[in-house]
Amino acid sequence: MIKYVAKRILLAIVTIWAVGTLTFFLMNMVPGGPFLSEKAISPQATAALEAKYGLDKPLMQQYLTYMSDALHGDFGDSLKQRGRTVMSIIQMKFPISARVGGLSVLVALCLGIPLGCIAALKRGKFLDSLISVISTCGIAVPSFVICTLLMYTLGVNLKLLPTMGLTSWKHYIMPVIALSFYPTAYIMRLMRSSMLDVLGQDYMRTAKAKGVAGFWILFKHALRNAILPVVTYVGPMLAYTVTGSFVVEKIFVIPGLGGEFISAISGRDYTLIMGTTIFLATLIIIMNVVVDIVYKLVDPRIKLK
Amino acid sequence: MKKRVIALLLAATMLSLTACGGGNNAATDNTQTTDNAADGAATDNAGDTQTADAAADTTSAGGKILSVQVGPDPETIDPALNSAVDGGNMLLHSYECLLTVDQEGKLAPGQAESWETSEDGLTWTFHLRDGLKWSDGSDLTANDFVYSWKRVCDPMVAAPYAETVLGMVEGYADAITGDLDALKVEATDDKTFVVTLSSPCSFFGSLAAFATLSPVQQATIEANGDAWATAAETYICNGPFYISEWVPGSYIMMSKNPNYWNADAIKLGGIKWNLIEDSNAAYSAYQTGEVLMIKDVPTEEIPSLSGNPDFYVDPIIGTYYLSVNTQRKPFDDVNVRKAMSLAIDREYVANTLMQGTYSPASNFMGPGWIDTDGSQFMDNANGGQPYIDTTTHEANVEEAKQLLADAGYPDGEGLPSITYSTNDAGYHKVVAEYLQQAWAEIGIDLQVEIVEWASFTPMRRNGDYDSARNGWVGDYSDPSNMLDLLYSTNGNNDGKFNNAEYDAAMELSRTTLDAAERSEALHKAEDILMEEAGCIPVAYYNDFWLQSDKITGSWHSPYGYWFFMYADIAE
Repeated sequence: MIKYVAKRILLAIVTIWAVGTLTFFLMNMVPGGPFLSEKAISPQATAALEAKYGLDKPLMQQYLTYMSDALHGDFGDSLKQRGRTVMSIIQMKFPISARVGGLSVLVALCLGIPLGCIAALKRGKFLDSLISVISTCGIAVPSFVICTLLMYTLGVNLKLLPTMGLTSWKHYIMPVIALSFYPTAYIMRLMRSSMLDVLGQDYMRTAKAKGVAGFWILFKHALRNAILPVVTYVGPMLAYTVTGSFVVEKIFVIPGLGGEFISAISGRDYTLIMGTTIFLATLIIIMNVVVDIVYKLVDPRIKLK
Repeated sequence: MKKRVIALLLAATMLSLTACGGGNNAATDNTQTTDNAADGAATDNAGDTQTADAAADTTSAGGKILSVQVGPDPETIDPALNSAVDGGNMLLHSYECLLTVDQEGKLAPGQAESWETSEDGLTWTFHLRDGLKWSDGSDLTANDFVYSWKRVCDPMVAAPYAETVLGMVEGYADAITGDLDALKVEATDDKTFVVTLSSPCSFFGSLAAFATLSPVQQATIEANGDAWATAAETYICNGPFYISEWVPGSYIMMSKNPNYWNADAIKLGGIKWNLIEDSNAAYSAYQTGEVLMIKDVPTEEIPSLSGNPDFYVDPIIGTYYLSVNTQRKPFDDVNVRKAMSLAIDREYVANTLMQGTYSPASNFMGPGWIDTDGSQFMDNANGGQPYIDTTTHEANVEEAKQLLADAGYPDGEGLPSITYSTNDAGYHKVVAEYLQQAWAEIGIDLQVEIVEWASFTPMRRNGDYDSARNGWVGDYSDPSNMLDLLYSTNGNNDGKFNNAEYDAAMELSRTTLDAAERSEALHKAEDILMEEAGCIPVAYYNDFWLQSDKITGSWHSPYGYWFFMYADIAE
């Protein structure tokens, strides 16, 4: 196990380095730059800015400087949001996205797993069809439609919930519903199909033949085997969800990290692009390691190598 | 076994919860520090920050809070660095320059109570008011202006507007390379600020009212570096309001500045700037009454809103125009450029395609630009006649066809297929599609190329295009601000328009001290520009917004700014 974790950490470092390097050169290949506006900035001002942030140096040198700074934990200053460091932006905005995203994943798990199981057990019955319809909707309807619908009905028309900001528990309701819609539907489907698969296995029949009670079979024998695909899905999904959704955050005016990913790229805020990309990559890698370990715990037959 | 499964689920839950928990603490800490800072800042408006989120017209001990939306998080609110309108709106309320612009658009005393110009127009002397103070209560003197103006030239600050606002000050050329003390701005005593220009500048008063030249506090900036303008505690200002709380991406809370010289005239207790990016979100907030004024109105709502008393359309100084690359064939032929211009039905573009949020442009310089005698520049242009009659589209098209034939391309025969480049925002794409259709009518085959914003700007600037969308919104109302764009060596001369007569007229306008001669030179420049079709004006910009009738005493200026400082909220 320790050997496994050590190996994974080593691999993670290599992966993050590769992601960082690729991103660095790709973003510099795209035309444009951070100091552009409709009104031309004087050549002196542009030159001064480039000198200030080291953008006047050869690309290879910029790369080496960036990487060695990053190794020392310094991710630089944002080029667009003058006066803020990349780390301060992530530190300020990630917790907000993580709170909304974490709650949404929790909701998705609490709803998706039981509903998926029920659908599998009541296969072909009315309840199964109903759940299928709901999950199809959840997968097909994009989040901005759900956001707008919620906003229009609960916020503007009925005035039940506040439409913007994140200052009380009420503010969380709409964004969490909107964010958890898709993963709930997806988990429901995964759970249903893998549960159906497991229910048809021989050992289930054996257990039934032994006379194990219905609910007990489901919990002890079926769920444990059936939940593996959900675990695989939830890992990376958690990483993506806690780093914020551009659309949902924009619509509900949530000051989260989601918008920074997009605005950093469209504004060519090089240091922020690097910072957010490396941050997301690290999270995904961590989640994948966690998924592997959870696998092992759920299913002792799996060997971690 | 079952226990372990549950334990696992719990573990996953805990993971997300720890993330939540950590976040919660961080957030609470933040608000506490800002609250304390507000407490310390000489007022007891701290109560405002707590109630700030409630309805917009909540009355608290500190007065009424006006809740508005003018844009998302500003990129910067450092006066020297800002180049955006939304940041400018916030600077307008937190800072005050030497001079200000009043409701009629005329210059008015600001931090300076009077000012005078020497006879040669080169020396400007500003006399500051008695007892000026910063928002932290310390004294503000003429030396603060010396520091702030020199800072704008600092290459390490790299202020985008440095040349625009200080380019005519003596010593600028040396100052911009790092020798800041070369800039000829002096404080002869604590209350007198003297600027020496290298060449006369009749509109320098407008620049003295320009937000870039706001005073900033040296001690704060030296202690905090660039970060001084990113947090409420270190954002020391001198205007009618100061920032009492700032939640990035959410809102900026401004409270009345008791140290402002004219604080007695300020009725509001504060202004909450809601940093909403999405226009639909802004519209929802307006409908629920959480926000009393929004700048970003969803375009699809405009047809149902126009005519409502709370929907406003007001001109700003700016023109939506097309650049044609005059260095490339066939656009080097003036007849081709004019034909392209005349083939456009500007009434249709502005009123139908752009839903009346723009106005059809008959000139390059639209409403709001001020002539040297204080009248509207547009009224005196071309002998009071529009350059392009936008009401006679049919006739214009016939003329366009004739011009194209004169250029040797009857019905467009022999013309290569040309490209129109634009980024995709606002109405840009529909205009591009319209141009395709309008120019096809006179035989021009047009390809539309949509380019991502950050690539579009350098491409256009490098002259790497056939024809492209362009636009300019004025910084101050002197016509030179926009006419300079077509000066041969101007950095914004995207069409690479190069006309010796035009350049000569612009140069004369810069050097002459005679108001009438200057006006004549500027009008001559526009005459040449329109005759040569150096660019193709399409529509004038307007600001359009929703504002509740509860807001009284506010106004909107042709610079695109809303003045809320003297506003009040009716019950």
